[in-house]
Amino acid sequence: MTSYNKIIIPLLSVFIFCIFWEWLVWINGWPNYKMASPSDLWPAFWKFRWLFLSYGWDTLWRTMVGLSLSVFVGVGFGIIMGFSKTMRIALYPLLVGFNAIPKATVVPVIALMFVGFHDMNTILIVIFISFFPIAVSISIGLSTLEPEYKDILLSLGATKFEIFYKIALPKTLPEFFGALKVSVTLAFIGTNLMEIIEPHGKGLGHLFDSGKISADYPLMFAVLIALAVLGIFLYYIVVLFENIFAGWAERN
Amino acid sequence: MHIELRNVSHEFELETGFLPVLENLSFSIPKGKFTAIVGPSGCGKSTITRLVSGLIKSKKGEVFISNEIVNSPRSTVGMAFQNPVLLEWRNILDNVILPLEIVSKSMNRVEKTKRARELLSLVGLAEFEKSRPSELSGGMKQRASLCRSLVHKPEVLILDEPFGALDAFTREDLWQTMLTLKKQESFTCILITHDLREAIFLADEVLVLSGRPATLQFQLETKLGDNRKLDDLYTNETTKSLSILRKQIEIAQKHK
Ligand SMILES: Nc1ncnc2c1ncn2[C@@H]1O[C@H](COP(=O)(O)OP(=O)(O)OP(=O)(O)O)[C@@H](O)[C@H]1O
Ligand SMILES: [Mg+2]
Repeated sequence: MTSYNKIIIPLLSVFIFCIFWEWLVWINGWPNYKMASPSDLWPAFWKFRWLFLSYGWDTLWRTMVGLSLSVFVGVGFGIIMGFSKTMRIALYPLLVGFNAIPKATVVPVIALMFVGFHDMNTILIVIFISFFPIAVSISIGLSTLEPEYKDILLSLGATKFEIFYKIALPKTLPEFFGALKVSVTLAFIGTNLMEIIEPHGKGLGHLFDSGKISADYPLMFAVLIALAVLGIFLYYIVVLFENIFAGWAERN
Repeated sequence: MHIELRNVSHEFELETGFLPVLENLSFSIPKGKFTAIVGPSGCGKSTITRLVSGLIKSKKGEVFISNEIVNSPRSTVGMAFQNPVLLEWRNILDNVILPLEIVSKSMNRVEKTKRARELLSLVGLAEFEKSRPSELSGGMKQRASLCRSLVHKPEVLILDEPFGALDAFTREDLWQTMLTLKKQESFTCILITHDLREAIFLADEVLVLSGRPATLQFQLETKLGDNRKLDDLYTNETTKSLSILRKQIEIAQKHK
């Protein structure tokens, strides 16, 4: 597939989707508080363009910082659990339990713990919600490394570290990127949970909240679309890195 | 390098108790010789390769390589397995170079490449150095794996059923490749195999192990000399050797 098609086809599919959406709203005669149509959204975007830019940036940078840190946390846990069976048995129930707690309930707890540190709180929630898939993928990747892979280097007297960065790490990269794609979307959920449940005047979540208070339904829909766009943006950044570092895993 | 096992016994600890795998096993392989080891499935052949390469340590007895006790891995050993375990993120050339990155850190990239290319052209893979492992056939992958096991000029080469998963024609092809490599490089070789004809064709001596726990049950010199051809497998003498080995395997299997 040419790279031209790789851009044209997704754009076309988005365009067709918008037409279908517009048609659906029109044929059903939905008022915009029930379902805003794409044509309602443009004015909302335009009217609040500066807010979208600055709040969008708030949401984006906190998501990215949180996601980067959750990569560290996730890879850290993954390495510990991947290499030590004891640690794997010890940590899995704790991590699964922690992951099972709905993060919406953690938000007020965190907000009370660190009153006023909005950026930090948001980033914390992002880490909590998005490190788990990364930890699991890395630990599974490392613990299922076939012994022969280790043997070819071990039999030459290679150090543990050499085995890790020459074999174990590159071999786990495809799984890691698979998990990171899941984590990206989770990370946005994390940022917005904090912004909506504990409003502090920042981020797209706050803009959504103001739309709700002032009953500006097109604005609320416009925020959702903006979030989707940011999500797509980050997702494709991950895909870009994946192609650079784990492109070999793609079968033609 | 001269390889020697002296009264080696080994057992694995299982949850249900101990599993004796090798019992009082002694044999030696003179420097530069090629020895094939055959024996019933699960009798402990791979365990021998792991002992000789220093990946594990025997419970009793000693393994010597040129009169030094082996108790840890050494860079003078090369290994290849039934699974070629090539790294998909490296091309064939870089896969072959891998051992040099561990044992010859002072060697520069140009020298490493030169050495790897030398072997690749010897096994007929010169044009494929830029290919990914998944683009190669099973036989080609195994050739690349052989190059990797020899790139650092090991004194001891350990082959654990490297041709076991290949079809009959490819296998015979690789036997020839193996002879080419043997002429060009100097190593003492242990070959684990299930194929008696392969053992006779490649080795100077064939050892038959008993069922688990394995001891040395029988040994046979092949006497095929340095210029062997596939036709040598169909002479009266090799047919006789084959039938002797086959009977020995039958005995070994009953021993269980
Ligand atoms: N790390 C281990 N822990 C416990 N048992 C093991 C271990 N490695 C091997 N064994 C057992 O030891 C026995 C001998 O294993 P080994 O792999 O040496 O046999 P083998 O002769 O190479 O078999 P095959 O012909 O199938 O390759 C087998 O019964 C195996 O299950
Ligand atoms: Mg085996």
